[in-house]
Amino acid sequence: MDLITSWIGNIPEFAVPFALAALGLIITEKSGVLALGAEGLMLVGAVAGIGAYLTFEQNAIALIMAMMAASVVSLLFALMVLVMRINQVISGLVLVFFCQGLSTLVGTLMGWTNQPVPGLHAIALWPLSELPYVGRFFVQNIVVYLTPVIFLVTVWALYRSTPGLRLRAVGENPQASDAAGIPVLGYRLAAIVVGAALIGLAGAFISVLSTKLWIANMTGGRGWIAVALVIFARWSPWKALAGAVLFGCIEALIPQLAASGIKLSQYFVFMAPYAITLGVMIWVAASKRDTSSQPADLGTPFIREERT
Amino acid sequence: MSKPNAIQLTGVSKTFDGFKALADADFTAKWGEVHALLGENGAGKSSLMNIVAGLYGPEGGSLFIDDNPVKLRGPKEAAKLGIGMVHQHFKLVAPFTVAENILLNLGHIQTSGLYRERLRRVSEDIRTMVDRIGFNIDPDTPIHRLSIAEQQRVEILKVLLAGAKVLILDEPTAVLTEEEAESLLTTVQGFAREGAAVILVTHKMNDVLRYADQVTIMRGGRTVTSLRPDSVSVDELVRLTVGESTTHTDQPSAERTPGEPYLRVSDLTSTAGRRALNGLDLTLNRGEIYGIAGVGGNGQSELANALMGIPEPVQGDMEIIGGGDLAELDAAQRRALGIASIPADRYGSALAGPLSIADNFALGDIHSGRYGPFWYLKTRAIEADATKAVHQFDVQGVRSLKQKAALLSGGNAQKLVIAREFSRPPRLVFAHSPSRGLDVKATEAVRERLRAARNDGAAVLLISEDLDEVMAMADRIGVMSAGRIVAEFSRPADRQAIGQAMVNHV
Repeated sequence: MDLITSWIGNIPEFAVPFALAALGLIITEKSGVLALGAEGLMLVGAVAGIGAYLTFEQNAIALIMAMMAASVVSLLFALMVLVMRINQVISGLVLVFFCQGLSTLVGTLMGWTNQPVPGLHAIALWPLSELPYVGRFFVQNIVVYLTPVIFLVTVWALYRSTPGLRLRAVGENPQASDAAGIPVLGYRLAAIVVGAALIGLAGAFISVLSTKLWIANMTGGRGWIAVALVIFARWSPWKALAGAVLFGCIEALIPQLAASGIKLSQYFVFMAPYAITLGVMIWVAASKRDTSSQPADLGTPFIREERT
Repeated sequence: MSKPNAIQLTGVSKTFDGFKALADADFTAKWGEVHALLGENGAGKSSLMNIVAGLYGPEGGSLFIDDNPVKLRGPKEAAKLGIGMVHQHFKLVAPFTVAENILLNLGHIQTSGLYRERLRRVSEDIRTMVDRIGFNIDPDTPIHRLSIAEQQRVEILKVLLAGAKVLILDEPTAVLTEEEAESLLTTVQGFAREGAAVILVTHKMNDVLRYADQVTIMRGGRTVTSLRPDSVSVDELVRLTVGESTTHTDQPSAERTPGEPYLRVSDLTSTAGRRALNGLDLTLNRGEIYGIAGVGGNGQSELANALMGIPEPVQGDMEIIGGGDLAELDAAQRRALGIASIPADRYGSALAGPLSIADNFALGDIHSGRYGPFWYLKTRAIEADATKAVHQFDVQGVRSLKQKAALLSGGNAQKLVIAREFSRPPRLVFAHSPSRGLDVKATEAVRERLRAARNDGAAVLLISEDLDEVMAMADRIGVMSAGRIVAEFSRPADRQAIGQAMVNHV
């Protein structure tokens, strides 16, 4: 009984980083930029969040600084893919490796490694928090409650505003957008920077609010799972949120199994999220759902056609 | 008679990479008129109109709108001045609805209000406009569910709702069926009657005769003349468009007696999309060059694809006399029968650019086992053959056989294609625009090869949009229009008659 209660209570902590990172990726990719750098940007957000907390001792400042740090680093990615038009896959991979090195270096040099932080206290949503079994689900920190709000705002901006219409147009048909006078590269830059901010927030959630300390490479591949999640969700924010909860359920289950005395090799525990990701991807491919929801121009650099 | 001038261009020139697309062109369109801009492919019509639409900056000359000199810095500025152009290639975002696409384009018109409100207003504007001009378009339909003709209407709605008073349509009927074209042109004629200026870029004589109030004829980047279409005879119009014969009727090839039929194509019809091929019949004899002339976009590419074995949805018969159905043959069997193909897109369809010259050459014979079994390539044999062919076919610019084929110039790439295709004596040759983009010397070399193949008894089919080329090469000429051969001529053929057949149908 306790097992189930604590499992359900732990789900949001695992689900929120996936959800925020996936949402950031969706914003970037809707503009036609293939963003594989999530893992790296999450690490940057994670280390910056801890660093900012240790410096200012304010959770809000820590989270905001984490978002800003990820956005600043994403400018490098924007420079590579928008200005220099380097292959977006390569640029994304390079960004991950660069950020892994950078975050480890900064964390070590500044002495931020293994320094515990208090995190945010949980708020109980009465009366939901009194429900049997699922009650613990509604005792979470403020960022967890804000996540659905962030989704609402993003969905509204993407699908119910003129800038959102333009952003999606840029990802579907940049030539047509250019002809309509929309600054294609400007929108892509904005999409990269805003997306990176959310991914950075996801990273800071892991370090500042969930694990409550910084360890090198602590995101452990969650950025990659978010990339897979976006494909699984077919670039739909709500499906991505649902997918994040699903992955959160699975991830939260593993420590519970271990705690319940089921003997699991620690390597199996490490492997499990990726095995599950693999399984989900295969299932998605096999179920042959429509692929048309992918932004048509995803991964293609924009060059204004000189003469047709 | 003297309606006020809407658009005037004087002495406009434009050069692309050293190629003079426009030379001292003049053009005047008046309010309340449908003005046709007539000319063959590459005459400079689209370039001239792109200057009016602000897409290209002219190198010389001036542009006047309402008799005021203007300098356009971009398409947005042209739009603000009420100039709207519908391009041949539509600029629409496929998954978005009609209203969303039009809203996207209204960026320069400041509208206030919430997004939903704006979208609703745009939809209303669309409905009003649609009712007024008689289009049947629902603003909430996504673009990808519309037909080509409907998408074109959306493009027209887009420029009209952006406030265009000068409407430029670039080859609007090229993608339409006859009925669709008729309804479209009647509609735009209506715009002109209401006072707008409509410019119709076209190469179709019929569109001009039936719908234009004034026509300006372009040839080779120059405006030849401007006149009222009813003031001249059709013959005169054709003569002005096609130009005086520049063909050196150099053919010393005496009277040739054509051999027996070798390829018989009957009732070839496209099975998908608009009917690019529509019941085409054609017989190709041994020892003759059959030239297919026609204005581009009348099914030539589809015919070339079908014949060369490039996937193309067609039905009908393509029978090689004594060799079976052409469509059933695979690449190896085509080789064995001596079928040589020279596609129009030599870098895209004929050569593998990143591969070496020797590899590209060997591709043709690799099935036959001449260069070893599948697990071992006899590179020496390939190189020996390639060296011989490069010499024999005079492929210049080969520093090494290991050099990438993409580095060859157009003419030499084409020679390499021919060297491969003709490495065994061909019996049936398909050539599509074989001298496109080649200089005079390379063109002559390519043509000489085709003549030599013909003289050795091969049946040669030459598809070309360049009438001069067809006139210079072919023993028999078929004029292709709307997916069919509409007229056939034997040498010596009358250029004017061919020109007329090219433009008179559709």
